[in-house]
Amino acid sequence: MTMIDVQDFHVRFRSRKTETHVVRGIDLRVARGECVGIVGESGCGKSTVLRCLVGLEGGWTGHVSLNGKPVRPERQKEDLRAAQMVFQDPFGSLHPRHRIGRALSEPARCMGLPHGRERIAAALSEVGLPAEFADRFPHELSGGQRQRVAIARALIVEPALLLLDEPTSALDVSVQAEILNLLSDRREERNLTYLLVSHDLSVVAHMCDRIFVMQHGVFVDELSPEDIGAGRANHPYAQHLITASLLGDAA
Amino acid sequence: MQDTFPLKTPTQTRMSGAGMALRRFYSDLRREPLGHAGFIVIMILILAAVFAPLLAPYPAARQSLGEALQSPSAQHWLGTDEFGRDILSRLIWGAQITMRTVLSVSAIVGPVGLMIGITAGYFGGRTDAILMRFTDVVLSFPSLVLALAFAAALGAGLNTAIIAISLTAWPPIARLARAEALVVRNTDYVAAARIYGASHLRLLLLYIAPMCVPSVVVRLTLNMATITLTAASLGFLGLGAQPPMPEWGAMISAGRRFMLDQWWVAVMPGFAILITSLAFNVLGDAMRDILDPRHTRG
Repeated sequence: MTMIDVQDFHVRFRSRKTETHVVRGIDLRVARGECVGIVGESGCGKSTVLRCLVGLEGGWTGHVSLNGKPVRPERQKEDLRAAQMVFQDPFGSLHPRHRIGRALSEPARCMGLPHGRERIAAALSEVGLPAEFADRFPHELSGGQRQRVAIARALIVEPALLLLDEPTSALDVSVQAEILNLLSDRREERNLTYLLVSHDLSVVAHMCDRIFVMQHGVFVDELSPEDIGAGRANHPYAQHLITASLLGDAA
Repeated sequence: MQDTFPLKTPTQTRMSGAGMALRRFYSDLRREPLGHAGFIVIMILILAAVFAPLLAPYPAARQSLGEALQSPSAQHWLGTDEFGRDILSRLIWGAQITMRTVLSVSAIVGPVGLMIGITAGYFGGRTDAILMRFTDVVLSFPSLVLALAFAAALGAGLNTAIIAISLTAWPPIARLARAEALVVRNTDYVAAARIYGASHLRLLLLYIAPMCVPSVVVRLTLNMATITLTAASLGFLGLGAQPPMPEWGAMISAGRRFMLDQWWVAVMPGFAILITSLAFNVLGDAMRDILDPRHTRG
């Protein structure tokens, strides 16, 4: 069953005079339970794809179906529930004046789901945090703990699809592994579909079944984790990316 | 993952969020001598206003023509005016009028400015353009002139003065709130809230407004000095509170005639106005240092 079906997908940002063609026609099909990665340099449009798919940006054209249901740039609440997003910066993605309990109950309340203390405690334990954290403010948590809360917040509305925008790049290395493992465990448990955007090839190779390489708004190559491990690529840019990341790891 | 976290035990018993914030705010304020002094002066004024009937040695309107224009003495600490009324008593009663004006104006202006500002900043585009041009138009009215027009239309009085000052005092608040909202609406936590389907109203009131409140409160406190002065000016011109109400500006206006020989009649209310607006100013400055992290002391 297809979870994400994207065809002929374009994103254009218009300002008064100029038009920037950010994403220039991509096709993407992701099956349920699959984890697909998108890699590329900064500004290649990979985050834009995520933000459009999840409903944050409206200026796209093309055909998009999420969980078998076609969606338009303007979203209804039911469409929103299908996909949730985890952001890059755990220090900016939680409201500084909302306690953790509130941060988790708000999505459930907005979607009309149960949001009592037991539900919040369950959501916290699912991401490996004790229930007492519900009474804390985000500034009382570390970056890794905040990212766990952000994941719990995305999962509490029980989406079928999770869009991950560089979920570990703001964390230090030891915490990165914990967060990635947490994400993998939740995926197996709930048969979630992930679309992961990163510029870190090792993260993508560790997590994903298939990897798309994006450059200047188009997918230029499709790789498997084994390809990356072996340093194999079809497109020169993808080859360049792998080589650069190997050099970076060696350094 | 089954790893457990080293649990930090909370260092203090958890109070309600607001109580904790207030207590932290006060302990920060105590480290700012000037701001703390301003805070104490304002507190004294509020207490004086509330307990005026108990504190004032004489009723505000008690005339005693035999004692007219007496200099400060043990009986009348700040002297008496041309009708033999005790100036200290009138100042204490006058604190009620000043505090009522300041608090009423702030209570009107704060929410109105905040709502207009965050609505403009959050929605942007055409909404923003319309609301902000309207704000600019209002901003261009001098409040004293508008109050004159108002007094002419509705009759002079304290309530007219409050309405007139409120009408011209909200635009700076709205601009401030808009600037904050422009930043907050682009944050990831607002994006996350949009993805989980929070309504516009919910986003405005529960997500954006709380982030704008601290700077609005600071701005309001600084504004209170201006409000005190404007209210006194209106009283001085005879457009605010009417005699025999012991309004400070009106008292100066009455005392002007005796300025050279009986200086205390005009100077004492003048001092009251000076100290009050100064106190609001230094308190507002200290609050800005405490509440607004971008504003660091030089």
